[in-house]
Amino acid sequence: MVSRVERTPLAAWWWTIDRFSLLALGAIMLGGIVLSLAASPPVAARLGLDGFYFVHRHLLFLAPAIAVMLAVSFLSPRQIRRLALVVFIISMALVVVTLFVGAEVKGARRWIVLAGVNIQPSEFLKPSFVVLSAWLFAESARKPDMPATTFSLMLLLGAVGVLVLQPDFGQTMLIALVWGALFFMAGMRLVWVAGLGGAAVLGLFAAYTTIPHVARRIKRFLDPASGDTFQVDAAVESFFRGGWFGQGPGEGTVKRILPDSHADFVFAVAAEEFGIVLCLILVLLFAFIVLRALGKAMRNEDPFSRFSIAGLAILFGAQSAINMAVNLALIPAKGMTLPFISYGGSSMISLAYGMGMLLAFTRERPRAALLQAPPRHPGTAGVPPPDGRAAPSGSAF
Amino acid sequence: MTRRREAVRRAFHPALSLSMGSVNKDPRPQTGSARADSDRVAPLEAWAKERSGAPYPPPSHTLSREPWRVGRGWRPRFALPTLSRFLRRFHVSGSRSRLDVRQITQSLLYGPGVDRARKAQARLGLALVGFALVYGVIALRLVLYAVAADTHTIQRGGSTDALATARPDILDRNGEILASDVKTPSLFAEPRRIIDPDEATELLAGVLPDLDSREVRDRLGSKRGFAWLKRDITPTQRKEIYRLGIPGIGFLTENKRVYPNGNEFSHIVGHVNIDNQGIAGIEKWIDNRGLADLHRAGFGVDSEQEPVRLAVDLRVQHALRDELVAARDTFKADAAAGIVLDVRSGEVVSLVSVPDYNPNNPREALEPDRINRLTTGVYEMGSTFKALTIAMALDSGKVTLNSSFDARGSLRYGHFNISDYHAQNRVLTVPEIFTYSSNVGAAKIALAQGVENHKAFLAKVGQLDRLRTELPESAEPIVPRHWGELNTVTIAFGHGLSVAPLQSVMGVAAIVNGGYLIPPTFLKRSPAEARAVARRVVKPETSAAMRYLMRLNVEKGTATKADVKGFYVGGKTGTAEKVINGHYSKHRLMTDFMAVLPADEPRFLLLIMLDEPKPLPETHGFATSGWNAAPVTAKVIARIAPLLGLEPRFDLPPADHLFLASAKAVR
Repeated sequence: MVSRVERTPLAAWWWTIDRFSLLALGAIMLGGIVLSLAASPPVAARLGLDGFYFVHRHLLFLAPAIAVMLAVSFLSPRQIRRLALVVFIISMALVVVTLFVGAEVKGARRWIVLAGVNIQPSEFLKPSFVVLSAWLFAESARKPDMPATTFSLMLLLGAVGVLVLQPDFGQTMLIALVWGALFFMAGMRLVWVAGLGGAAVLGLFAAYTTIPHVARRIKRFLDPASGDTFQVDAAVESFFRGGWFGQGPGEGTVKRILPDSHADFVFAVAAEEFGIVLCLILVLLFAFIVLRALGKAMRNEDPFSRFSIAGLAILFGAQSAINMAVNLALIPAKGMTLPFISYGGSSMISLAYGMGMLLAFTRERPRAALLQAPPRHPGTAGVPPPDGRAAPSGSAF
Repeated sequence: MTRRREAVRRAFHPALSLSMGSVNKDPRPQTGSARADSDRVAPLEAWAKERSGAPYPPPSHTLSREPWRVGRGWRPRFALPTLSRFLRRFHVSGSRSRLDVRQITQSLLYGPGVDRARKAQARLGLALVGFALVYGVIALRLVLYAVAADTHTIQRGGSTDALATARPDILDRNGEILASDVKTPSLFAEPRRIIDPDEATELLAGVLPDLDSREVRDRLGSKRGFAWLKRDITPTQRKEIYRLGIPGIGFLTENKRVYPNGNEFSHIVGHVNIDNQGIAGIEKWIDNRGLADLHRAGFGVDSEQEPVRLAVDLRVQHALRDELVAARDTFKADAAAGIVLDVRSGEVVSLVSVPDYNPNNPREALEPDRINRLTTGVYEMGSTFKALTIAMALDSGKVTLNSSFDARGSLRYGHFNISDYHAQNRVLTVPEIFTYSSNVGAAKIALAQGVENHKAFLAKVGQLDRLRTELPESAEPIVPRHWGELNTVTIAFGHGLSVAPLQSVMGVAAIVNGGYLIPPTFLKRSPAEARAVARRVVKPETSAAMRYLMRLNVEKGTATKADVKGFYVGGKTGTAEKVINGHYSKHRLMTDFMAVLPADEPRFLLLIMLDEPKPLPETHGFATSGWNAAPVTAKVIARIAPLLGLEPRFDLPPADHLFLASAKAVR
């Protein structure tokens, strides 16, 4: 056990990190390994690969992912902000590069080969974008005279622009959703909430009318008889087949039918083989992480930390909720990975990066360190502001 | 206008509003706050001046958000993050109009005069509640699916009628399985989802060569939501079809009924249709008892169901059927049938009617000669009915075993001439009438009782009403509409009244078992349950006398070939002439033999029936019961008596002694 007495960085980390969330993340990762064993061999067999190809790859990605998550969780908010800026710029540049040199897979250019590794840069765009947006909104609250909101809007438009060009509507939607949520939390007036909601509906409508496959998916959801709902039907069937306790490991059938059973429909595979009880446990774990993070964000008084936690939690939560809802046929089909459980290297490392930042932001800091050592005024640390008020919140510092 | 601007400015200038608040709350002069005040007032004045046309620009620090540092020339001591520094450039150097626009935009976006930190907190709370709701909905859906999964096995589109229904197992009296469910896959299609019906048909035909391609093509081409392609395929075929990867093709696991004993129990257990619904025998009885309703309501599909325990004994059934098949073969009979009934409980221990069919292939049951002759057919039972006639007479008290009747010559009735097969042409005592099977004697006994008494007695022993058991197949006896003396005469020796053989077995059982009429059952029945449904129809003495007569008949009457050493068999032969084209035929006979086992203390009653047995050289050209049904009965008893738990006894007295002993006991 790490002693509280010794003030090593490791000790500081251990005693300030949110160990419950860390435990929950570990449990999810463990579940991911087990479900990878269940869901991926048929996919590998279909592709003519070794049966455990995807399992090995999953484990191979998990190791750096854990390292990234733990390393990032050691950083201070300021270091995180700087890292996010760097990551954002690099991934933005890479996304732009993919538009020109990326290999086209299933009609979209999302992948780029860097040093022999397939990378999906848009995955790394997401968490860094969230942190930068959170910082801009925090700035806008702290310094009303800076055009932070305008900048964040520009940031959004830039990111959305390149993602739509790929095209990658899932990520676009996710990014827009988190940005909207951050804007909302930053105190946007309700008129604008309605306005943004209207814009989102308009955007969806535009996608519906201009992009045929989006229209098809929505039509199919509203009227399953209108087209091939094979994937979703097979997924729902697997929940019925599974029942409370499942058919047993290896007894699943849906994984042999669904092409993306190791990625988008791993939740359904889990239901069929291990039962709805396991699914409920997974839902509980995700809900625990997200709700705990949001609760911590509420208590956190530093606007940057608060918005970052909220944004990262919403990103994580939205992704998990959308994946599970698609599996359960609650919303139209949308390819989205289930965090840490679905197969996907870029996705996993990006999620680890995001969760590492979340852990770093939720680390317990003395209130004084938060309030009296703002990165901008290190010289005044420990000295209360001359008007005698311990600047209660983001409105003054 | 000016005042409004002022309000807006205050609202979005947090330092301003805060410091003012502190002044109001805390009137004590403090150096820091006084300084701050003076610093703050200065820009206000400048602002006011500017509004009223006073010279501008205001000092560059006007909009600094740290009023207490204004004018100190304070500078950050180390580099700010790049983006932050970049933003700062927009910050101070803005011209007045740009500032205005920015501030108004801010207030428009975020609202004037709000504590944004508190707002953020509240809205975070909202997001928290929102996520809790979303996860709650997901969890609820999962729970609903899990609950639905318990009752739901049809997965896609199909109607619930297509559900194969689980049925309870059927066991024999010792727990051997007579019918059970096996899960087999069935292939179905959802034609609406089929992309290319021709390709799908071709691929399927590769795996299932016996599939009718044209029909499958038509089914796949239709616009229906669900269509069966082939029921009950093998697991290997399923695997191969899986590998084809045709979208819109699926499998349902169905329950298929199997009958491991093949033909052996066909007429008792019955069979099911392709949807596993009972359509004959005990299977139909199970459905009628409520299983079908349960399935229609969608319950009990896969849950364990209490097995149905029958009274039949697999071993006895096998032995009986084996002997009957052999007998049918030997005597070239159209059909052969047999019953073993427990006379104490009314349980049917065995029931065979050959030709039968294999319930695993129920199509065979459609052939007309496969009916269950013992419950669905009605027959004139012939001389075995004399047992009832004589029992009636003895029970009335007007006739004893020592009574005698004139059996000389033949009895003329209208243009009917009734004669004896084994004619003795003398006055016969009651035992002689029985052992010689005298038609004339039996007719005279019945006539002495009177038509009404005869009719009432036969009704009492259940020969005039339809016998209903668990088997849904039953037949109404053919009773003469106007029952006159002639009818009584013929019915006395078993012609002119057609009953189901099981029915006559029930009647004779009542006469030998001490006098209790017990409705037969195919289900296991305890002695207590049997007592509850039993009804006394004759006196115990009558029953004892009848047992004596039946034993006597085997010792020195028409049934000597039915004797099996050690088992003390009693019995009565019966030969009925079949009605062909409205006339009794001398050559087409229905022979039967009713055996009581053992005669001193009856446990079982056997009926063996042969339909049109042919005379053989070994039988010296005879085809009457004593030459075929009786020896078959002996063979059957020799085989089944040990199975039924009867021990051979070789020290038993002849029938005369037995009767005297029992008569003494009764007295």
